Order: sequence, then structure tokens, then C-alpha cells
Amino acid sequence: MNTLEITKDNTQAPLKDDTQTTPLTGAQAVLEALIAEGVDTIFGYPGGAIMPIYDALYDYSEKIRHILVRHEQGSIHAAQGYARTSGRVGVVFATSGPGATNLVTGLADAMIDSNPVVCITGQVFAHLLGTDAFQETDVINITAPITKWNYQVTDACEIPTALAKAFHVARTGRPGPVLIDITKNAQVQSFDYPGYQICNHIRSYRPKPIVRREYVQQAAELINSAKKPFILFGQGVIIGKAEAEFKAFIEKAGIPAAATVMGLSALETDHPLHVGMLGMHGNYAPNVLTNDCDVLIAIGMRFDDRVTGRLDKYAKQAKVVHLDIDPAEIDKNVKTTVAVWGDCKETLPLLTELVEQREHKEWLARFRALEQEEIKEVIHDELNPTSDIMTMGEAIRVINELTGGDAVVVTDVGQHQMVACRYAKFSKSKSSVTSGGLGTMGFGLPAAIGAWYGAPDRTVVAVIGDGGIQMTIQEFGTIMQFGAKVKILVLNNEFLGMVRQWQQLFHDRRYSFVNITSPDFVTVAKGYGIPGRSISDRKDLKQAMQEMIDYDGSYFLEVMVGKENNVFPMVPQGSSVSEIRLK
Amino acid sequence: MEKQEYTITLYTENSIGMIGRISNIFSRRKINIESLNTSPSEAEAIHRFTIVIHETEDVVRKLCRQIEKQVEVLKAYYNTNDEVIWQEQALYKVPTDVVTEKAPVERLLRRYGASAVVIRSDYTVFETAGHREEIDALTDALTEYNLIEFVRSARIAIIKDSEGFHKKLKEFEEAEPAGEVRENRYLDKQDKVFSM
Repeated sequence: MNTLEITKDNTQAPLKDDTQTTPLTGAQAVLEALIAEGVDTIFGYPGGAIMPIYDALYDYSEKIRHILVRHEQGSIHAAQGYARTSGRVGVVFATSGPGATNLVTGLADAMIDSNPVVCITGQVFAHLLGTDAFQETDVINITAPITKWNYQVTDACEIPTALAKAFHVARTGRPGPVLIDITKNAQVQSFDYPGYQICNHIRSYRPKPIVRREYVQQAAELINSAKKPFILFGQGVIIGKAEAEFKAFIEKAGIPAAATVMGLSALETDHPLHVGMLGMHGNYAPNVLTNDCDVLIAIGMRFDDRVTGRLDKYAKQAKVVHLDIDPAEIDKNVKTTVAVWGDCKETLPLLTELVEQREHKEWLARFRALEQEEIKEVIHDELNPTSDIMTMGEAIRVINELTGGDAVVVTDVGQHQMVACRYAKFSKSKSSVTSGGLGTMGFGLPAAIGAWYGAPDRTVVAVIGDGGIQMTIQEFGTIMQFGAKVKILVLNNEFLGMVRQWQQLFHDRRYSFVNITSPDFVTVAKGYGIPGRSISDRKDLKQAMQEMIDYDGSYFLEVMVGKENNVFPMVPQGSSVSEIRLK
Repeated sequence: MEKQEYTITLYTENSIGMIGRISNIFSRRKINIESLNTSPSEAEAIHRFTIVIHETEDVVRKLCRQIEKQVEVLKAYYNTNDEVIWQEQALYKVPTDVVTEKAPVERLLRRYGASAVVIRSDYTVFETAGHREEIDALTDALTEYNLIEFVRSARIAIIKDSEGFHKKLKEFEEAEPAGEVRENRYLDKQDKVFSM
């Protein structure tokens, strides 16, 4: 980083005569930086230590939109949702102390799910650092393990370069959250603003590795020699904006492909080579055949334990090709035969060029045969139940029918999440927003608000459980005040369903504190000016869902579903993926 | 894979909080850092960390990759004890009368090449440098002669086959690295280092 020279008395060193400068405060420099980075939306919450920045924001409100959330956790989840649907950096403002600590869950979530987010937190005056001042907390050390980078600014002169570096780090390579902590004195300090320079190089940071063609060549040879190749794709395809390159690759090579939870929507669900979702509650065929393929090609995914199940029985028969931008992921969990380190936007076309045009008809037919088995045993009854009690799956089926797969589906965490990920149809990329790695309950509602700001022309449906909605229900207030047209679908089974399912299956039905009561959600929503209804009868489902989707604004729909329904198939913890249970 | 001592050498930017970010990578995985030294390096404004841990090569390699992910780390190397020239320094404070009056103490200090740093009427401070075993042996011996204070530094190490960091730093400073830069050295020897 090229830091400005700072003299001892905290003023900027004299600039050359030919340099035009404008006097600005640190707070104004923050907003100038955001505008220069093309930021249109900030999710935030003011407080003492960030007041100078909010004061400056008052003058910039024509150029930049600020969404006042109801809790700082909501601001960062919203920024994540925004980043996921827009492909741009989400921006958060929060104050020092509790404002900053309330960001922690979201930072951890954004870190593990590689969401580009820049958080700007206020901090007490520099001379008070370390004195246990009011609302002082050591946010830099608290957030170090859950940020890609963080930095404390104590002098206004550092602001332009620190923010330029923050945006560069957040959005490049494997993206992630960055936190910039700015002391109050730096916010109010006037300095000669040298203008804003977008950062595109930091010498100690190599976001984009050079692709080594010999490994692409080796990967192609392996793929060309395969009889039963199988592709696993993750969010890397979406982050790399490589959806077209990915499709071209699988279509030429004729290889069946399965998505991780985070990779959903990178390839349209109805694509003939899309064979479903991986993982603990993924589809039957891709899990079973992982242990039968001869070449496993992993693209932009990280072999999470929910994907691999028992690692020492995972794809042992297969040669593994791993394409990833992050070298730390290669060989981290699964031994790679050939690693192609690089941006898949670059590596996939190189690979496509070298692979032979193939159709693996018989191999693909095996996926389809197992899929039929899953449909017969699980899917058909989940989507078209014969009993009077509604299922989560049929609610998702109706969304598919009414939106044709064009909706953005945001989920919370738990049973409804797995059902939504399993059954939601996606026709275009950046349509699935879910907390994959961290599994953050309470993510859904604020993330959906941000997702709508990131893609305001799309239908955004937030699918949330009765437990998760109660964790961040205060964000109804944000919807009320700023009008995000989020469709809130609560699938209420009157239980903390996923934990209850585990207690049923693995703890002898000892239902320990999973019986959760809920308020009258419709009345709560109404109190926030959000119209809605609750249904418990199948005959109302489609019409209610249609009403929700057609409503010009946010709408709340509660669907009462079976209390003790389970999500199947399931790879029990400690089992191999091929030991997946259909019931 | 056998656990053994590894020396990890990092080249980093000199920024506040680096030690914390680096040590987090170890503590998160419940790995004990045996010794940690920070110092300037041969390259201007580049900091050098020397870390010693007792682990398998597989773990050490993964740790180095995680460390290199840190934005302000330029490079992480790891080496076995055979691959580095290393030593530690120690200071001993002993009562001066013991040194002057007890002949074995003098012999001991000579044998270990210890030299006096400060001589006062009440105590004398000696320093010595060497491998851990040598320092430990002298410490044990001096304990019998009223050793008042003892301190040992972290390991510092020079990598035998390293050409230094100047050339590498130039590569890093290039905005668009040249085609011959081969950053991905792990790929070339992954067969040798991996175990599950």
C-alpha cells in the first residue's frame, strides 16, 4: 500500500506544487471514497463514534442511499444479500463498541461464504484507545480471524488509501469481508484531500494467480480419459462470473454436474446435465455416485464436511481435479490429483478447448435412474402430499410454478433451508441466497432485504422458519420504513425443526427445547405495516402465494406445515456419502 | 507422517496487528508455537517472522497456505532443522563470587563459549548462543551454582538454499507479474507432502 507520508504532528506532508487538493474532513473523504467506488447503497446504524460520518452523509443523501436497519446484525446480512444478488461490494456503517460487536456474526458468515463486504465502524478518539472509554471495544482484534483484512485508521490522511485497499481486497480473488475502524478524531480532522485512487495492486496480495497451462493440460488429459467423470460446482462459478464458461465446459465434455448449496443457480436447474445438489440433504444420485465416478472435477468449491460426509470414505476410487482460486483450498480436505489454481473465468475456457466433445449417456442415465428412485421414495410425496397436512416442499413447488424459477430465493437456516435448496428451481445465476458455511439462523430476513436492493427488479422470496424469523424479526421495521418489496414466506412447523429431526433420529426422540412458540406473526407484520395472512389449508396455498407474489410491496405469508416432517435424503454424520438414507 | 520441528519463515509487511493475525492461525487449530521471533529482513521495510512448531509436514504445509492468505504476508516458507542454520541466544545472571571462587563455573562457561556482558561486584551477566540443547545444558549446570536469572530468545534461522528476498520482492512489486513467475510451487511437489 502506498501510504501518504504523515508528519509527526498528524498533518499531511507538503504536497508537490502541481497537485490540486481540496480540504475535506475525514468523514467527507469516506463518502467521496464510496462514491468513487460506485457504491449506491449503505446499510447502517448510527451511534456516537460514527456521528461525523453520518453528519457528512446528510449532505450526500442525494448521491447515496442509506438504509437504516434495526440491528447492526441486520445491516451486515443485508449487505451480504446485496452482494450476492448484485455481484458488487456490500457496504455497512456501524458505530463503535456494541455497534461493531453486533457485526461479528455477519462478518463470520461473510468470511466463510466469501461475500465481498466493506464495514466501516466508528471508533473512540485515538487518544482514548485502550482506556476502556465509553463504547470502546477492540474491534480490530475481535474481528481479525473473521475478516479477510481489517485496519484501524487514526488519521484522516489514511482514509483514501485505506478504503481503496479495503474495496480491492473485498472484491478480488476469493472475496471476503473487510472492516475499517475509523477513530472519531480522524473523522472530524480536516486534511488536504488528494483525490481518490482506485487500488488495483497491493504487493503482498496476489488475488489472481497465473494459470499454469501444464496443469490445465494434465486436467484435460485426465478428463478425456475418464469413463465416469463427475463435476461438482460451487459458488466460485458465480463469484467468478463464469456461468457461461462453465456451461460451455460441461456441455462440450458432456459431464453430469451437481451443485453445492452455495453453487445453486450457477447452472439452471433444468439443464440436462444438472444432476442435483450435493451434501448431507442433497440429492441421492450425486451423493451415491460420488463414490463411483472415476474422475471427480471440483470447480470453485471447498469440500466442506457437509458435502463430503466421512472423508476417509469419500471418492477414494476417483482421481480428483480441483479448480480453485484459493491455493489454501487445494488438498485441504481432499487429495487432488491435478490442481488447477486460478480464476475459473480463465481456467475453464482453457480446459474447454482441450477436452474432447463427449456424451456420457450411460453414465448420465445412472444419475437419472437413481433420481427416479429418489422421486419415488421422497420427492413425489414431499411435493404432492396426499395427507391433509401441508409440507414445506409443496410450498416451494408452488413458488416454482408461480415464478417459473425467476425468483431470488433467500433462506434462513434449518429444515426449510434444505427443502428450499433441494426443490427451488433457478433459471438464472445469483438467485439463491443462503447462509451456507456458518449456518446463521436469523440470516434470512435481513439478507432478503439486501438481496432486493441488489436486484430490485426481481421477485425476492425469503423462505424462513418459525425459529429463524424470531431471531431478526425487528427488520420488519426496515421494510416498513424503506419499502423493500420482500416476500416473506414463513414455513411454520412449531418446532426448531432441524434440531428436532436430529433429536428424533439420533437422540431417541428426546425433544429438548425444540418446541418453540410463536407470536401471531400476521399481527406482528401488520403492526409494521406489512400485509399478510396465515394459511393452514392446502386449498388456500396457491391463491395465497399468488397474492403474495403479485402484491406491489412486501407481503407476509405464514404456511402451517407438518410438525414432525423430516428432511430426507440424509447422510448421517460420520457416514459416507454413498450411505445416504432415503428415509 | 512423523511430527518434527519445523522452522517457518515469513516475509510480511510491517503493520500493526500482524503478530495477532499470524498467531490466530495457530491457536485456532490448537497448535502451540514453540518460539516466535520478529525482525527486519534483508529486504527494506519487509519484516521477517521466524516461527518454530512441532508438527507433521502436512499440517505445516497447510498452515503456510493459510498464512499466505493473509493480505499483508508476502511469502511463507517452511524448513526442517537440516535445511536451516539456526540458533538461539541466552542470558544468565550468576553471583559474581560464584564465578570467581568456583573453578568448575569458569570451565563451564569456557566450554559453552559464554562471554561476560556485565560484571558487577554482586552479579555477572553472561551470554551464549547456540542450539537449544547446548543452552539447556549450560542452564542445568548453572542452576547448581545459584543461577539468579535466565532468559532464552526465540530461534532465529537462515535458510540454507535461500537466495534472499530481494528478487522475490521485485516480482511482488510488479503490478502484472511476469510470465515466468512460478508462485505455485506447492503444486510441483504435492505428491511428496500430502497425507490424509
